[in-house]
Amino acid sequence: MTGTAQRVGQAIALVVVAALLGLLVWKVAFDREGGAAAELADGRAVAAPAFTLDRLDRDGQLSMASLRGKAVVVNFWASWCVPCRDEAPVLQETYERYRDRGLVVLGVDVNDFRQDARKFLRRFGVTYPVVYDGKGSTVGRWGVRAFPETFFVDRSGKLVGERIAGAVDIARNRAAYERGVARALGDTP
Amino acid sequence: MIRFVLAAALATLAIGASPAGAAPSPSDLEAELVCPTCKTTLDQSDAPVARRMKQIIRAQLAAGATEAEIKADLVDQFGPGVLAEPPKSGLDLLAWVVPLGLLGVGVIGVGAVAWAWSRHRHDEQPYGEPETVLDPALERRVDDELDRFDG
Repeated sequence: MTGTAQRVGQAIALVVVAALLGLLVWKVAFDREGGAAAELADGRAVAAPAFTLDRLDRDGQLSMASLRGKAVVVNFWASWCVPCRDEAPVLQETYERYRDRGLVVLGVDVNDFRQDARKFLRRFGVTYPVVYDGKGSTVGRWGVRAFPETFFVDRSGKLVGERIAGAVDIARNRAAYERGVARALGDTP
Repeated sequence: MIRFVLAAALATLAIGASPAGAAPSPSDLEAELVCPTCKTTLDQSDAPVARRMKQIIRAQLAAGATEAEIKADLVDQFGPGVLAEPPKSGLDLLAWVVPLGLLGVGVIGVGAVAWAWSRHRHDEQPYGEPETVLDPALERRVDDELDRFDG
């Protein structure tokens, strides 16, 4: 092999190693595996991750951006999730109680069959808007780890309060849920 | 012997291949589909959504749905990530072509390096040529001695 070919080979190898090193640095420095939930837990001000998804409760789509100016309780759920059944009445009650004050409960049905999800809505008398995310495209950006999980978004589109992991009806989560609703409505700072 | 081995190989292939249009078994499909929450194939998953998917697959098979119809329905609900193997069309074809292409490039690269290296060695120590040339007088004397020895 000629000296020139050897030098070209060495240069290519160096470029490949440098590119891999760069990827490693980028991954460590900038990639946030926990999504918005991790930033919220760290106390940082974080905007609710955007999405536009098909509605389950009626035709058409719904985007997070369209809810700007409203207080939003975002609930990630699935029909096969047992605790989701327990908390559904609490979410419905919250929607009915605060709807006139501009609060929206938004259900995001994840990794589920549409027909099962629609049965769930009928069975539990859910009337708040629900979108369908069968592919789970929202899970990573929001930092959802299991179902159900609930987030609170204020009128400016920022996440507030705590991320609630597990059903909102259980004693462990009930106080945090009520604080989250109050913060989203702007009743408490 | 060769005929026997060929016949055995063909028989094995014939047994392994399912006849075209035959209904797939639930277990076949469960090995080709992925649970969307735990990312393992359905046959290895006991997650609630995986259990529900297995129920629906069995119900669809009982209703006469084909493998393609069942997979298309699941892709519509959960996206293409539900397939254990990416489809061999569109952008997903890259998942099949790129590794094979890289393998081909690697094989060609290793071959080229080996060829260049062998040529380099050949240039350094050419075969077929004596390292030193004998003096003609010495060569004649060696021939004479050999003739005397033979004679």
